[in-house]
Amino acid sequence: MDKDAIDKILDKYQGQAGSLIRVMMEIQEEEHWLPREVLVKISEKLGVPFSRVLRIASYYKTFSLTPKGRHEIQICTGTACHIRGAQRVLDAVEELTGIKPGETDLDQKFSLETVNCQGCCTCGPLIKVDEQTHSRISPAEIADALKKYD
Amino acid sequence: MTRINSVAELEELRKGILSKKDPDKPCIAICAGISCLGLGNGDVISAFKEEIRKQSLEVEVIATGCHGFCEKGPIVVINPEEICYLEVKPEDVPEIISQTVIEKKVINRLVYTDPLSGEKATHMSEIPFYKNQMRVLIGHNSKINPKSIDDYLAMGGYSAFAKALLGMSPVQVLDEIKKANLRGRGGGGFPAGSKWETTRNAPEEVKYVIVNAHEGEPGAFMDRALFQGNPHSVLEGLMIGAYAIGSHQGFIYTRHDTPELRKNLDIALAQAEEYGLLGKNILGSGFDFKVEVHFDVGIFVSGESSALMRSIEGKAPEPRPKYIRTSVSGIWDRPSNLNNVETWANVPLIIGRGSEWYNSIGTERSKGTKLISLSGHVCNSAVVEVPMGTSLRDIVYDFGGGIPNGKKLKAIHFGGPMGGTIPESLIDNPLDFDVLSKLGASMGAGDMLMMDEDTCLVEVARYFLDFLSGESCGKCVPCREGIRQMLNILTNMTKGKGVEGDIELLEELSEVIGEAALCSLGRSVQKPLLSMLKHFRDEFEAHIKEQRCPAHSCKELIALEGA
Repeated sequence: MDKDAIDKILDKYQGQAGSLIRVMMEIQEEEHWLPREVLVKISEKLGVPFSRVLRIASYYKTFSLTPKGRHEIQICTGTACHIRGAQRVLDAVEELTGIKPGETDLDQKFSLETVNCQGCCTCGPLIKVDEQTHSRISPAEIADALKKYD
Repeated sequence: MTRINSVAELEELRKGILSKKDPDKPCIAICAGISCLGLGNGDVISAFKEEIRKQSLEVEVIATGCHGFCEKGPIVVINPEEICYLEVKPEDVPEIISQTVIEKKVINRLVYTDPLSGEKATHMSEIPFYKNQMRVLIGHNSKINPKSIDDYLAMGGYSAFAKALLGMSPVQVLDEIKKANLRGRGGGGFPAGSKWETTRNAPEEVKYVIVNAHEGEPGAFMDRALFQGNPHSVLEGLMIGAYAIGSHQGFIYTRHDTPELRKNLDIALAQAEEYGLLGKNILGSGFDFKVEVHFDVGIFVSGESSALMRSIEGKAPEPRPKYIRTSVSGIWDRPSNLNNVETWANVPLIIGRGSEWYNSIGTERSKGTKLISLSGHVCNSAVVEVPMGTSLRDIVYDFGGGIPNGKKLKAIHFGGPMGGTIPESLIDNPLDFDVLSKLGASMGAGDMLMMDEDTCLVEVARYFLDFLSGESCGKCVPCREGIRQMLNILTNMTKGKGVEGDIELLEELSEVIGEAALCSLGRSVQKPLLSMLKHFRDEFEAHIKEQRCPAHSCKELIALEGA
């Protein structure tokens, strides 16, 4: 955990209760999850009851209360990807990684999520691994795409 | 950058920018829209920068917003000649530089080829996809650098705002918008002028204006294309609206997961502030206005207006009943006028060119152009801009290029999980708010999903409810439990476990949810299903009575057929 980075974000918004969601978003982007002690800190620094921090943390799908793997796989299940076979792509990823959406494998190598429409429907079916987009991917190409991550 | 204190200074600055621009200087405009980036344009951009550095050339490279022809991305336009190269790969870059940029020769392999006639088109303006559109909103995307306010000023940007602020009274601005019959582009088609007026006339002193750039509907990506590619056009609209309404604080609400849009927005706001177009005493008029950006962090319901406003307050985005409209009591219970990205972007055009010009485009009750995003079983997934009233057939076949793999079009779905479906037989209808509503498919944000003959509509109805079941906030029972029950019934149908009476039960549930749910999300969840039942009832009946999927799509029913 990068304490300095978190403190920097918290200092920027100190006392601004209205910035709660923004602060949590920035920390999630930095750390890829929201540890409990960080949520407590957010509550103190922004002057927001801990119950509300926890409520927001559990409300949005983007916020994670558990650590993520080294690589995050996101599979778009928007309508266009769906009718172009996103489910078969998801099946293939589940088969290869042994995890279901929302889970992280035991080696903490991969986390898997399904995401809503990414707005690039021509690229469907689409998976993203970290920042890398794999466009127009077929189930047969998944193994190759995941090979380079360790 | 120095602060601009008057309209005269603004015009002087504009002149200065224009005089510094050399129209003959080569400029490579590379689409950095989401699709082109997904297709590898990041590497193309780096390759161009590297090649230009290596050869120490005086060539500008800009990463622009979406050009619209997503299917053929990555797209590269070589200006000033406007030579348009499609499906460019990093390997093509050295050749483009040596052949086209330096020697002014066209590389035939990379230009558009008509799939039917085999005819080539070199320039953007000659490609049928672009030629037949009316790109008044999105046309600048391929020409300007979205990270440069000077580019926006060079094309006449902020002159409509200056005209409104110093040449018109707020009431005159409001009247012009009302006369233009501008209707909200976010889904409702509600007249923007009346909405503005409500907020303007609400008694509370402090008022807010909001850009809804949430765009959560799957298959809708036109707002992102416009906002990312030309952020100042939306900002200018918002500023004009704020002046008319009497608001001094604006909010932008957008998604967290579009990094390029976020970057361009931050830069646009910072630049507008530096020039004094945001802040205190704008252009010496005495008008103050500032803008804050807020983010959705991943739940569909937060695009609903009252939920969105809760979120801006820093609370969980749950809708509230709207006995009092948000235009009267919104953020912190103050009057808050919300319009979507495309609606705001229309405002500078109306003020700049006049409501008469605007009224000359479109149909009797739907004016102006509309951005449409095409997706699904269509040859060209794309963003197009056409005048209201364009026939759906033209949109699907002329711009969308028809249905791939020799399949037949079965149905078109509008407006995502809260929209509606129409069968192919109604394709000769015009793009019009009221016509589509009557057919049972409201236009939504303008997202059109094409479905071919192999698509099972029971499955699609199930898919939409599955999506919504994860996106409902869970606050009210009709929505939370109703969606779940409808989803159960439809899931059973796709597995061959449907029973007599299921369709009637679905209709009954739809009626209750439509009446009793708290917000517009809950009250619209049944819309796709009802439109599908209206036009494709026999398909639902086949699943129940014959345990047969006419589209041969439901896996478990195909297995049953084989047995």
